[in-house]
Amino acid sequence: MAPNTANSPIISLRRVTKVYGEGPTAFQALKGIDLDIKQGDFVAVMGPSGSGKSTTMNILGCLDVPSGGEFLFKGRHVETLDRDQRALLRRRYLGFVFQGFNLLSRTTALENVELPLLYRGEDKKQRYEMGMAALDKVGLKDWWDHTPAELSGGQQQRVAIARAIVTQPDVLLADEPTGNLDSERSVEIMELLTDLNRNSGITVLMVTHEPDMAAFARTIVHFKDGLVERIEQGLAA
Amino acid sequence: MLGTTVILAFRAINRHKLRSFLTTLGIIIGVAAVVTMVTLGNGATAAVREQISSLGANVLQLRPGQGFGRGGGGPRPPDFKERDLTAIENQLTGVRAVAPVVQSSGTAIYEGNNWSTTVYGTTSAYSEVQQWKVTDGRLFLPEEEAAGKSVCIIGNTVRTNLFQGAEPVGKRMRIKGVSCQVVGVLATRGQGGFGDQDDVVVMPIKFVQRRFTGDRDISQIMVAVDDAYDSATVQNSLEELMRERRKIKAGDQDNFNVFDTKQISDTLTGTTTILTQIVGAVAAISLLVGGIGIMNIMLVSVTERTREIGIRLAIGAVAREVLMQFLVEAIVLSCLGGLIGLFLALIASVAIAPLMQVPFLFDPKVNLIAFLFSAAIGVVFGYFPARRAAALNPIDALRHE
Repeated sequence: MAPNTANSPIISLRRVTKVYGEGPTAFQALKGIDLDIKQGDFVAVMGPSGSGKSTTMNILGCLDVPSGGEFLFKGRHVETLDRDQRALLRRRYLGFVFQGFNLLSRTTALENVELPLLYRGEDKKQRYEMGMAALDKVGLKDWWDHTPAELSGGQQQRVAIARAIVTQPDVLLADEPTGNLDSERSVEIMELLTDLNRNSGITVLMVTHEPDMAAFARTIVHFKDGLVERIEQGLAA
Repeated sequence: MLGTTVILAFRAINRHKLRSFLTTLGIIIGVAAVVTMVTLGNGATAAVREQISSLGANVLQLRPGQGFGRGGGGPRPPDFKERDLTAIENQLTGVRAVAPVVQSSGTAIYEGNNWSTTVYGTTSAYSEVQQWKVTDGRLFLPEEEAAGKSVCIIGNTVRTNLFQGAEPVGKRMRIKGVSCQVVGVLATRGQGGFGDQDDVVVMPIKFVQRRFTGDRDISQIMVAVDDAYDSATVQNSLEELMRERRKIKAGDQDNFNVFDTKQISDTLTGTTTILTQIVGAVAAISLLVGGIGIMNIMLVSVTERTREIGIRLAIGAVAREVLMQFLVEAIVLSCLGGLIGLFLALIASVAIAPLMQVPFLFDPKVNLIAFLFSAAIGVVFGYFPARRAAALNPIDALRHE
């Protein structure tokens, strides 16, 4: 990665609004968000429910489009892209980790991790090598042939992280990744994310309710009532 | 991309073996039913054709009256005389052999065994007309025919029931109270379109006329057409000759009829073909129901796997890939069902054909069409659920419980 881009924003939101529904029942979830996220940053997004943080994450994950304003991802205007173009953007640059792990049941850890590579059209050998490398990174190399039902919650989330990073994405979006885990497992997951952020240069965006988890981030963005309330530096900064 | 979706489809099917089997059961049964029905139907058609050709190829049957019956009201049309027979033999071209027939029925007795059977009075030409050989013994001698001697040739059913293993040739049996000597046994013909063809006793026509029917009339004349001649032409000449001989005025209706066995053959094979098509069509409905079964399960599957679809969309699957995945899954399921169905149909046909006494005829065309049809069902009934899966919003799909 070229050093001069290390601190340039990979993501820019400009006056982004989001309205659900139409007419008198319309609900304005985002009221004009301005946000820059630098490449290599570790951002925790906090805020009460209904504050617009999930909507923002959906837009940042290219799963949803803003109703107004601009969303630049690596200089590209995402708000102008159609469904499939955004899917290709996700495939190429983004990785997702969810609160509920969202692994395919009755499918081995390795097959789960290989899934994004299938859509990239990698051949069998390549998929195996990359998949095993990703599992190795999250410390589950020996568990590759276990199905989610045979893994603990913490292990399942590690597999999910392996799946998210197997394509070597620029940005990892994590939606309450520790929400279903006990505090000990949570810390392990946060240490893993921190490690990926520091050593692999992946930009991490994480939604969390827990200040303890947010403390692992460099930047903490607080949402309130559809607006960015304040941005502060985390302990890791 | 297709390779990827096929891999995914097989993985998904493999993950839910029982459900996949149940899903495709409708197709399996449908294809098996259609192919079995059509295969057996074709066998039945072939069997009918075979049996009819065993009646003697290209035989014209001349009977008094119109059509099968003896005609409507009015006086009974006269039977034929021996001079009609002579005229046909001498004046008609394209004739291989001519045999007169009078028919009677009665009980045959041999050493305390009774058997009710049909008696044909005819000549040795009957064997030639019918292409029906005598396996044991001999045909009638010319002097036996001329004198109307009390000799007979029996069919195999009569031999089995009356003689029960004993050698019949040379023995004397009683038929309708008259003693007669068995001189020959006819080759086995089996079940014909008109019952057991082997249940018959053949005697010289003069004997039957004298002792059983009591007159010199001939109720039926069988004319075997020479293979070199067209049977329709010979039939026309025969009709012309008989109109002349029976003094039927131009414009009057015939008081006799000529039946070409080829017509019976065409009619009966036509009937079995139609029956095969009807039964096949009924079975095809079950195939359609099988297709709806696939759509039903695929729709349930899409709902059940909403979250999975959400994951796939989130990690970068485009809508077309999700559509293809579910479509290919449906097609693979229905094709697998089709193959299993074809296999079952093969087993069923081979097993049932002998029970129905029809030959087993493997028809590659029927099998191919049934298979392609099952694949088409996968496309048609898989498309709607697949489109529904592809249209899902990833955010909603991920949130789906």
